[in-house]
Amino acid sequence: MTNKKEKDSDCFHCGLPVPAGLNIEVIVDNKPRPMCCHGCEAVARAIVDGGMENYYRYRTEKSKTAQELVPDVLRQAEVYDREEVQKSFVRRADKNLREASLILEGIDCAACVWLNEQHIRAQPGVKDAQVNYSTHRARIVWDDRQIKLSDILKSISEIGYIAHPYDPSQHHQLLEKQRKDYLKRLGLAGALGMQVMMFSIAMYTGDWWGMEPQYRMFLQWTSLLLTLPVFLYSGWPFYRAAWRDLRNKRAGMDVPISLGIIIAFTGSLFTIMGSGEHVYFDSVVMFIFFLLSARYFELVARKKASEHTEALIQSQATTAIRELAGSLTEVVAAQELEPGDVVQVKPGETIPSDGEVIEGSSSVDESLLSGESHPCAKQVDDKVIGGSINIESPLRIRVTNSGQETVLSTILRLVERAQSEKPAIALLADKVASRFVVAILLLATVVATYWFINSPSQWLSITIAVLVVTCPCALSLATPAAITAATGALIRDGLLCSRGHALETLSKVSHFVFDKTGTLTDGNLSISQTLCLTESLDESSCLLQAASLESRSEHPVARAFLSVTGEGLLTVDEISSTPGGGIRGRISGRELFLGNIAYIKKETGHVLSAEQKNLLEDGTRVLLADETQLLAVFILQDTIRGEADSLVKSLKQAGVKTLLYSGDDETAVNIVAKRLHISDYSAGMLPDDKLHQLQELQAHGATVAMLGDGVNDAPILAGADVSIAMGEGARYAAAAADMVLFRNDLNILYRGMTVARKMMRIIRQNLGWALAYNITALPLAAMGLIQPWMAALGMSASSLIVVANAMRLTK
Amino acid sequence: MDIIYFLIPMALVLVAGIVAGLFWAVKSGQFDDMEGPAHQIIMDEEIYPEDEDKETKQD
Repeated sequence: MTNKKEKDSDCFHCGLPVPAGLNIEVIVDNKPRPMCCHGCEAVARAIVDGGMENYYRYRTEKSKTAQELVPDVLRQAEVYDREEVQKSFVRRADKNLREASLILEGIDCAACVWLNEQHIRAQPGVKDAQVNYSTHRARIVWDDRQIKLSDILKSISEIGYIAHPYDPSQHHQLLEKQRKDYLKRLGLAGALGMQVMMFSIAMYTGDWWGMEPQYRMFLQWTSLLLTLPVFLYSGWPFYRAAWRDLRNKRAGMDVPISLGIIIAFTGSLFTIMGSGEHVYFDSVVMFIFFLLSARYFELVARKKASEHTEALIQSQATTAIRELAGSLTEVVAAQELEPGDVVQVKPGETIPSDGEVIEGSSSVDESLLSGESHPCAKQVDDKVIGGSINIESPLRIRVTNSGQETVLSTILRLVERAQSEKPAIALLADKVASRFVVAILLLATVVATYWFINSPSQWLSITIAVLVVTCPCALSLATPAAITAATGALIRDGLLCSRGHALETLSKVSHFVFDKTGTLTDGNLSISQTLCLTESLDESSCLLQAASLESRSEHPVARAFLSVTGEGLLTVDEISSTPGGGIRGRISGRELFLGNIAYIKKETGHVLSAEQKNLLEDGTRVLLADETQLLAVFILQDTIRGEADSLVKSLKQAGVKTLLYSGDDETAVNIVAKRLHISDYSAGMLPDDKLHQLQELQAHGATVAMLGDGVNDAPILAGADVSIAMGEGARYAAAAADMVLFRNDLNILYRGMTVARKMMRIIRQNLGWALAYNITALPLAAMGLIQPWMAALGMSASSLIVVANAMRLTK
Repeated sequence: MDIIYFLIPMALVLVAGIVAGLFWAVKSGQFDDMEGPAHQIIMDEEIYPEDEDKETKQD
């Protein structure tokens, strides 16, 4: 929920301030509402015209700004109509009916779900549409004679959301199956466990008031009957995992847990058969129920994270630029690529498929796939892996492996990586708990032998009491419960933790490094001034040449140029770019350079004179030059995000140093740094410089968090202790980062840090409490002072306290 | 007290029914979306005139 004050002057649709002088309004609920851009206007109008004004009444979050999302999506949507692409994600219900699953982007609240369902269902030819609010996935059924899939996707983008088809038979489905399986086991343990507890209470009171033996016998046998399914079915995952651990000669938590369960169960079985006094069936079921709940929570959190990761990757991996005969290109889905195709990959983009470089040289970030954090240099004839990120210059690549295979394997690898990691503290807790349990088992043997010699009638019940009372339930619940609660709370706020260690590291961060463009500023650069320095070229031809040079780049600067020129770009040969510097290329035989002051000086030796500087406004300076002279200067403006100020302020208050690293020149960076009171900033940095400076900080013991948009700072993100990517930046980079900020609000980062710190505090409390409880209870049990009902109560209470403590994080 | 020989088996039958119900519910997708339905109930479903051939599945 946003608590921000709504001003009447803000855009009614997305909540951004309306630029001065712009006057667009849409009538919603009989009142004219201001809009910040034509994109929002179009979306709002589509919603109102579709009779879905209710959306605005029920929504709890502002919508995404509609400005930029439409053209790109429309360009790609037709790809999904092709049979060969549809193969992987469309099921045919009968001859004409088709069914597909979509990942929906931009869903923030329940009203979004309603709006999408209503809107999709209203399309002629759509038979059914259902949106799952928890997973942000939709299932649609349509009649292919009446409507094409691309039309449905476009109609969704009309109301401001983005939809991608995905293959539901994948990983996600597997996890969902696992979740349902756990739910059944958990439900069974819960339902039967309650019965067993009831009988136990009867037996405990029987101990007190006296109970005739035949009734006690009956209750014990019924308990056995009820415990048996729980013991066999619900406990099964533990035995399976324990068996796997034993075979691999590892000692995980599952071995002691299984041992504990089996000993308590067989012990009680012997009691029933013989003349023993106490049965521990209640402890067995509670044991299983609590441990299974912990596993279930963990699984749900992992599933949530993997869904987000999968959605991120899926949304990016789908297209590639394929070359056709002549100089034409087409946009195709990565899945469609066949061996032998030639594709172009811009800097900052993902390589769509495995292949070989046939033109260009660049460095490629493979950290996602191989774990190698340094970019690898790639030249002609080198092999590249699909899913790695091209960093510097455009590449032409001949595809060697079909796109379908590459995409699938990449997604799987990424999602699995995100899941396989456990935070250090969880590992520590596991280790402590498993050592603790080994110690308990040894001790239990000693206790058993002692009592067997000294008081044979009591040895079994005391040994079991020791085992039950010291059950590591609380210990093993302590960390996962807290982590699950914290990640869940943050996902709701729009911050996704895709790596296990992210929250733990975030809580310890001492330095926060920002990239400027696209993070502290909104990244929508606009050209505010063009100064031509030669007679021979006028303003528009300068712009055209600059835009042509940038046509293969994804940098925000490139977008600024491309948005003013549009059509009719010139052909550029031999493009090569220097990240954080500029770009060079040949246009009709003439070598041209476009970049910041340092880059132009290095490449051509030209500098701006003092009087030229006087003519310029403040802002980011981009120079255009050929080998002989400077041709033009462009001034680009970027707006600082509204929340940047308060984020920097709260970080400072929390004792975190804030730094600003930027590739822009001094003047532009200075403005931002001054406005936000960041005293420690460096301008004109190449990605390498940033990385070095970052490593220097780390060498001095700093724990560094880095916030970037991932377009050209992937290596720096990879080098930081914890990296946070803007969800709107380059998607693959976002998937590689430790955390992703989904919502357009920087303040969530601060909240993330507070939650992370609180989480660590709660984990420590939990572990401390669980250990203290176990250590006090142990000697009492060993001395035979603990009654069975006390053991069961203590075990359950310690687990519940731990969970309740963790739940405070969700507030 | 002999009544427990009747009541407890009855309770067991009930529990068996509950467990069967739970398994059915999990299998039929009742737990797939734990958040959505709570919100959907307050939204008016039909704003469009229903097409004859359109069967809007409600859940």
